[in-house]
Amino acid sequence: MNIVRLALLMLWREWRAGEFRSLAAALVIAVAGVTTVSFFSDRVARTLDREANQLLGADLVVIADHKIPDDFHRHATALGLRYANNIQFPSMVVDGDKTQLVNVKAVSEGYPLRGKIRISRSGANAEMETSGIPESGTMWVAPRLLDLLGVGIGDKVDLGAMQFRVVATIVQESDNALDFMNVAPRVLINQSDVAASELIGVGSRVSYRLLLGGEQNAIANYRRWAETTLAPGERVEGVRDARPEVRTMLERAGRFLGLCSLMATILAAVAAGLAARRFAVRQLDQAAIMRCLGATQARLLGLYLVQQLMLGCIASLAGIAVGWLAQFGLARLLNNFAAVTLDLPGVIPAIQGLAIGLILVFGFTLPMIVRLRGVPTLRVIRREFGAIEPVSAATYVAGLTAFAAILFWRAGDSQLASYVLFGFLGGVVVCAVVAFALVALVARLRHTAQGPWRFGLANLKRHALNSVVQIIALGLGIMALLVLTLVQGDLLDGWRNKLPPDAPNRFVVGIQSNQAEAVIRFVRERGLDDFVLYPMVRGRLVSINGNAIRSANFADVRTKRLVDREFNLSYAKSARPDNAIVAGRWWSSVPSGVPEFSVEEWIAQELNIIPGDTLTFNVAGTPISARVSNIRKVDWDSFKVNFYVIATPGLLEAMPTSFVTSFYLAEKQEKILNDLVRTFPNLSVIDVAAIMTRFRAMTDQVSKAVQFVFLFTVLAGLIVLYAAISTTLDERIFESAIMRTVGASRRHLVTAQLAEFSALGFAAGLLGGVGASALAYALSRYVLHVPFTFNPTIILLGIAAGTVGVSIAGMLGMRGTLDRPPLDVIRALS
Amino acid sequence: MKPITEDAILVAEGLGKRVNTDEGSLDILHDVSFSVKAGEAVAIIGASGSGKSTLLGLLAGLDLPTAGRVKIDGRDLSHMNEDSRALFRGKHLGFVFQSFQLLPALNALENVMLPLELAGAADVRSRAANLLRRVGLGARLEHYPRTLSGGEQQRVAIARAFVSEPKLLFADEPTGNLDTVTGASIIELLFSLNRERGTTLVLVTHDAALGSRCNRWLEISAGRLTSDRAGVAAS
Repeated sequence: MNIVRLALLMLWREWRAGEFRSLAAALVIAVAGVTTVSFFSDRVARTLDREANQLLGADLVVIADHKIPDDFHRHATALGLRYANNIQFPSMVVDGDKTQLVNVKAVSEGYPLRGKIRISRSGANAEMETSGIPESGTMWVAPRLLDLLGVGIGDKVDLGAMQFRVVATIVQESDNALDFMNVAPRVLINQSDVAASELIGVGSRVSYRLLLGGEQNAIANYRRWAETTLAPGERVEGVRDARPEVRTMLERAGRFLGLCSLMATILAAVAAGLAARRFAVRQLDQAAIMRCLGATQARLLGLYLVQQLMLGCIASLAGIAVGWLAQFGLARLLNNFAAVTLDLPGVIPAIQGLAIGLILVFGFTLPMIVRLRGVPTLRVIRREFGAIEPVSAATYVAGLTAFAAILFWRAGDSQLASYVLFGFLGGVVVCAVVAFALVALVARLRHTAQGPWRFGLANLKRHALNSVVQIIALGLGIMALLVLTLVQGDLLDGWRNKLPPDAPNRFVVGIQSNQAEAVIRFVRERGLDDFVLYPMVRGRLVSINGNAIRSANFADVRTKRLVDREFNLSYAKSARPDNAIVAGRWWSSVPSGVPEFSVEEWIAQELNIIPGDTLTFNVAGTPISARVSNIRKVDWDSFKVNFYVIATPGLLEAMPTSFVTSFYLAEKQEKILNDLVRTFPNLSVIDVAAIMTRFRAMTDQVSKAVQFVFLFTVLAGLIVLYAAISTTLDERIFESAIMRTVGASRRHLVTAQLAEFSALGFAAGLLGGVGASALAYALSRYVLHVPFTFNPTIILLGIAAGTVGVSIAGMLGMRGTLDRPPLDVIRALS
Repeated sequence: MKPITEDAILVAEGLGKRVNTDEGSLDILHDVSFSVKAGEAVAIIGASGSGKSTLLGLLAGLDLPTAGRVKIDGRDLSHMNEDSRALFRGKHLGFVFQSFQLLPALNALENVMLPLELAGAADVRSRAANLLRRVGLGARLEHYPRTLSGGEQQRVAIARAFVSEPKLLFADEPTGNLDTVTGASIIELLFSLNRERGTTLVLVTHDAALGSRCNRWLEISAGRLTSDRAGVAAS
């Protein structure tokens, strides 16, 4: 018979008899967990690729923080390219006593050059695609702005010094498809209205964009020309580098979820290892009989290889199917992250899933299969003649190699993968030491126990190695369950409640120098006394110690961006109490006449700045230099106004300055702000509470997505529990039968088994509880930066869940065997 | 001792088996020579620990001797490698074991089909089913070993041993795990099938009554062949 057919036949027969089930289940869970996340990431990536030029709204975009020089327009015309302009900036829309921060995009004729805008002029049912732009004096708005302000289509609202009529809602905006970063709703106006509305002043965060479209070669030529012409603060973005922040963020999110799914893979690998061992032990007799019946070593090897290949493929395909379905759930949970319809996933994640399934199955079973091939045939006559340990050091090495390969591959970051790998191995070693100690302790305790309890506890000691393996595996499973159900919720709550109730909830930006006094008088007259204005000057860092700074000198994307854009600089006489000095000293309160800078810690690290360095900024065309006298630590999460660089008073005072402030506003004081914006229409008020709400909504989505992915971890944990118990089940059943033969009562056996299972469960629960607490500590200290509160309930619950769960699972596994005649059991297992 | 004859199907020449133990080397078998003619039924009889199972292992090519050689159908097993011996076993030999050695995941029919499947034979299912009917298990084809009695399991094992139509059948204490009545019926079946198919039978047992059913007795004691005589059946 064809070896493939025979292998399939054998696989089917073994499967029908209940073999392979835990191995297959472990594979399905591992593959499903990983593919769910990679299918989702693939959908996002494919959508980004497909819609790249639509996301960009053009084939090429020149972006600047100042008005784009005319040369760029002239060169586009010379190359026969079409172009359109747009200007983006935050501002406030006012309707009666309500105000709302919005993200204004002022567009010129021809926008967008690629893709279309879908708008609705009356309601959701009247959607239409348009290639036009809003007429002067009208605006198109994001639907949620209507809800926030309580206005409808046709109503008039104020924006800056002008009044606009809302004529349509934006259903889909081509270059704003992934709007999860936009806290403020979009408002689209005609560019010709910008000047009249008086919205742009010093300190306004304005982004000027020149959209270009045309023939591919002309675009490439233009890009080459532009890249040599770009001045500081200007950059070009093409289709390929469109929205790198979106790509990076989604890739990071995908990697994070991928790591979560890796938890499931780790546990599934443990389950696969346990199940593979059981498989090998049970196959020893079978291999010997088949060799006796004429199977050559090569045929036996081929048979097992094909059998495992089939098992790996079938289980992986099942896992891929589960992953494919589950990713729809994940996409639904993360629906706010991408406003576009995601493409269907491709085939690559499925191939990856299959590869992981096969790596797992062969990583753990291949060395055992190779050993099975050589099982002595004499075993069929006398079992002791054919004694062979199917699990060798090679098995563990191969299993670990397979596990590490998956880890490094999936984590996509060798440092992170090393941490996880060595963390896991270290954890296993610690667990093993603790488990051995617990087994030894239990062994001592047995002397104080009576009757069947004594026997059950002694059993743990007699199978010390097996007991330790089971305690570790069960402990890992319990830890995963505890982290998911209790620890995660506690941590996220702690993180969300980190902010004090009176933390600033409003920012006001764009206060011009000539408005500062009037603004302070305005709010103080209305009872807001602790209203402090901080001066803000925008400047670009041009050199450190005389060496010119270029973004090309830095590898990290964030640092490149940092160098590329303008910094918000400020000046102050004395140090703020909430800014701790970590290096150097703050300047003397008596002006020395020597200019100095104070630099924020993170930026100092990114740009390798130390006290004593001299920084030069270009502020409105004027070079400003000073020595760095100290490095400050800033708590950005406090929502207070803070600056990367602060100068000594006098250095920046003559420069174009705007003012910024943050403060706590009680709900009933809302009217003050509305009046402020009405009086000073160029000001932008940022509602931090709204940001927090949106941020929390996103956190909730992410945490739900994490929980969803963790479901696979829980399932994998349960499989580990099952595999760990079934690995010694045959032995236990056999021993029970022998015990019954020599006169042990049913009650004696049940009590002894209960003693053994509950002791195993207790030790595993203790380990799982302590492990979950340690993980909680690490997460709160290093990831979420929230104070850690030790919760002893976690450990108690771990112990309770372990003792009860393992006892029930163990007794369920043994059920029925106590009612069977001992000879029957012995015959079946011998 | 009978001389080694030209028409023998099985020949053992100066067989010895020495194993190394903690206490030094130990001779389990020492200079065992005999031959078996085709169609003969030979009992190897000895007390527990006498070396009879070791001898069976060597005769069937499941183990290699440290001295001497075994020839089956004129082919020296010592000159074959392990895989050639496996193929040879599959083609020419059948086995019945004391502990049945059925595969628990396979039902009765599949257990009997297995040697044919491994050999790539045709009509696997019908041949196996016919033989199972012949051993009285026609109604239990789909039953798993765990649901069969000891006697029934041994019948399945006998069917499996005969299904590949071996020239030589080795039976190792085939009634060792069975009660007297069941054991007797199993022996009856074994011998009648042996007669029907003209198979040569080598039966290892400690039971003199069972041995007496064979044409010939080979008695083993402390690893040596102490007697070779005609059995009750022959006389």
